[in-house]
Amino acid sequence: MYRYDQHDHLIIKERIAQYRDQVRRRLADELTEEEFLPLRLQNGLYMQRHAYMLRIAVPYGMLSSDQLRKFAFIAKNFDKGYGHFTTRQNIQFNWITLEQTPEILEHLASVEMHAIQTSGNCMRNITSDEFAGVAPDEIIDTRPYAEILRQWTTFHPEFAYLPRKFKIAINGSKEDRAAIAVHDIGLTVVYNASGEVGFQVMVGGGMGRTPILGSVIREFLPWQHVITYLEAILRIYNEYGRRDNKYKARIKILVKALGAEQFARQVEEEWADLKDGPGTVTEAEFNRIAAYFTSPQYQNLSEQDSDYLSHLAQNKAFSNWVRRNVKPHKVAGYRSVLLSLKKPGVPPGDATAEQMEFIAGLADQYSFGELRITHEQNLVLADVRLTDLYPLWEAAKAQGLATPNIGLLTDMICCPGGDFCSLANAKSIPIALEITERFDNLDYLHDIGELELNISGCINACGHHHVGNIGILGVDKDGSEWYQVSIGGAQGINSAIGKIIGPSFAAAQMPEVIERLIKVYLAQRFEDEKFIETVQRIGINPFKEFVYATPISDTVLQGEDEYV
Amino acid sequence: MSEIIKDGQVVSDEWVVFNLSPDQQPNDVEIPEGNVIVPLQVWKSQHALLSVRNNVGVWLASDERAEELAADVAALKVVAIHFPKFSDGRGYSIAYNLRSRLGYQGELRAIGDVLRDQLFYMQRVGFNAFATRADRNIHDAVKGLSDFSTSYQASIDQKSPLFRRVERRAA
Repeated sequence: MYRYDQHDHLIIKERIAQYRDQVRRRLADELTEEEFLPLRLQNGLYMQRHAYMLRIAVPYGMLSSDQLRKFAFIAKNFDKGYGHFTTRQNIQFNWITLEQTPEILEHLASVEMHAIQTSGNCMRNITSDEFAGVAPDEIIDTRPYAEILRQWTTFHPEFAYLPRKFKIAINGSKEDRAAIAVHDIGLTVVYNASGEVGFQVMVGGGMGRTPILGSVIREFLPWQHVITYLEAILRIYNEYGRRDNKYKARIKILVKALGAEQFARQVEEEWADLKDGPGTVTEAEFNRIAAYFTSPQYQNLSEQDSDYLSHLAQNKAFSNWVRRNVKPHKVAGYRSVLLSLKKPGVPPGDATAEQMEFIAGLADQYSFGELRITHEQNLVLADVRLTDLYPLWEAAKAQGLATPNIGLLTDMICCPGGDFCSLANAKSIPIALEITERFDNLDYLHDIGELELNISGCINACGHHHVGNIGILGVDKDGSEWYQVSIGGAQGINSAIGKIIGPSFAAAQMPEVIERLIKVYLAQRFEDEKFIETVQRIGINPFKEFVYATPISDTVLQGEDEYV
Repeated sequence: MSEIIKDGQVVSDEWVVFNLSPDQQPNDVEIPEGNVIVPLQVWKSQHALLSVRNNVGVWLASDERAEELAADVAALKVVAIHFPKFSDGRGYSIAYNLRSRLGYQGELRAIGDVLRDQLFYMQRVGFNAFATRADRNIHDAVKGLSDFSTSYQASIDQKSPLFRRVERRAA
């Protein structure tokens, strides 16, 4: 993975000094809260319901075991012993005090990490495929490009006060695991007909109040031009993006207002005199950065192993886990392993300090000391030998990290919701926990098969509810919490925005609502048909009719009533 | 006389920023004698009169474009860009366009809600003068210009990105 040189270290060191002084001036009242707000946001510090939340950048989701140990250290010493992995491949800590943030940044810097631009109206941390470099369906490794863009976006002087936040994602595989269609800019690294590398450029995707998939504005941009072309997009957005209404300020609204073709023309015009300028990426710079992303020292292994096969045949729990949580690898005899952070009874994406330390140990022992964070809020050990799968499973299981539910209904994406976030209309974690409890039978869960269930506590859609096969959105009605349900959303290369099935529900009704949706699917599905495919084939009406056919109790049984 | 930051120093301000009041019209408002920075609309509608004076600068609002001054940049000594709120970032792109696209060489001044913590970025996109907010200590604000000693990307102050300026090697 990328390592800092003296220049990266210097920039981070100067940043800490700058931020430390900003905190001092805020505490001395030399800065008003209004003035301090964007400064701390651009350092990932966000005021929540109970305390400050600090969001730390994990560039394109890649992490070393030492960095993960540092998160454990921060969780233990500055928080309540746990952290929350986010849908943008970052980590956030929920119980931080302002005075301690400069010190936390010092600790992060010691492992080449920071919290720069993880919030605020600026270019955010760049996200990518969690299987970059190891996926069998990968066409081009995205990581060197993601790092080039990380450096370009960091402290960009012209684009620090944009109309609204700005998110860039990069994919380089046949499948799209980076959800590029719902980003402000979605890049796909591709080969053109003559075998040259470049990007297909998509702009204007997003979720929130106006969910919309991005539009392709350029089919092929030679890779050398990625910085200057993005500069052109950002300048147009900075100049013409709406600033009068924060709900209409994202680039998607501008692209929609102008039309994608007109927007593309303006970008080309803006780009004309930037093209081939100093921002053009050199071969030497690409090579320097790409050298950090070479493959680890893989062994020459057989694609089969008799011990592994016999465990698989004899141990159903192990084979269930392999089926769901183990992914193919481009190198023979290796696999990628997903450690599920979606254990029943635990908020999705949360990990304790002890778990983090333990996972760091697993990474050192089994996967070259590296990890990745997925936007579905799980962790990946990307380079595990086939022969190590069984001992790894046993170890992970003992720490509650081997729930065999990757891609299943209980592998939900869920925002922190009303328990933490001051923007939320409704709680999301308790809904996730109750649904998980309802679907605690693993055989049933595996029979239902692949299903993305996403929950957001408000219209900002941090839980990606629009692209969930089942999406749940917390809404406020007369001061109480209600949940709107949509189905048919999808992420990946066939991205789609879900459709709302009808009036919203009370929290206590939600497990039954999901149960009814599943019943319709099970009754209607063809063999091997996934939930999303059934929805696409029969439409939302059969689901809607069944869910609303008879009343669903909205009272939670209290105390001994529960046993009646 | 009030003070501004110019080329890294606190100096007395030799210019007056002229604002139109709601009852004044750009084409017939009387512009005072002496060094004065007028709104773009006034500059455009009294161009013949003002452009020969040699002591008139122009200020742009955040929704106005640098290209409006394309014919004038060679002669202008001062152009100012107004920040209605420090969080309104349009002025950074206006500055970039003035310096880079139009080749403006004179004083480029940030006016309005101009605060210490934005000065470093403003300086990078081509501002060399800052009329910081009057209720803040201007000598403190100067420190904002030196928050960082290097930057990754190219802009106006550094025409080349870091990867073209230095030889970067693994740590």
